[in-house]
Amino acid sequence: MANASASTDAAAPVRSWIPVVALAWLVPGGGHFLLRRYGRGGLLLLSVASMFLLGLMMRGPMFQPQGGDLLTVIIYYGGFLGDLASGLFYLLSVWLGYNQPDVAGHVHDYGAKFLVAAGLLNVLAMVDAYEIAIGKKD
Amino acid sequence: MPKLSVTHFEAALLFAIFSSIVLGIVSKKTDHDRVRYGLRCFGYFCIALFAVGWIMYLGHG
Repeated sequence: MANASASTDAAAPVRSWIPVVALAWLVPGGGHFLLRRYGRGGLLLLSVASMFLLGLMMRGPMFQPQGGDLLTVIIYYGGFLGDLASGLFYLLSVWLGYNQPDVAGHVHDYGAKFLVAAGLLNVLAMVDAYEIAIGKKD
Repeated sequence: MPKLSVTHFEAALLFAIFSSIVLGIVSKKTDHDRVRYGLRCFGYFCIALFAVGWIMYLGHG
């Protein structure tokens, strides 16, 4: 009986991680919601959304992929990927016409960093959702 | 959308708050540890903020 129970636990199906990670990218915290971690998902959504909205309110420019020397490529492609990692927030803001030019000023500069940081925090949330989905983490 | 104007200190503090929340959530396994780690990260952010601020101020001459 005990063996049967143990073998059932060992064979418990681990949820496919692809929809979890996809949703986690599209909606920050969405992967956690799908895995029924509502509290953590809500806090992740709140943090990433706040960071992104603060970046928009500071009128931070979005990074566009740009060629040139190695440092320029790393900064602009990396920044673009960071912006893109915010998922629906990035897509919506671009579709709704947000197009802030890169102008001088520390507030604009912070805004750009907040937008990228929101995406990077969402990457952490995606990795966490992935680890929960494959059973590596509770 | 309203335009937000913040000082360096306010921006760094906001960054520290939200980063600490996410770091706390994704790094630890129990809620108690998550809260503790989040608060500790926030403390480290604040210490680094003041330390680097003073270094830049003194180094600027």
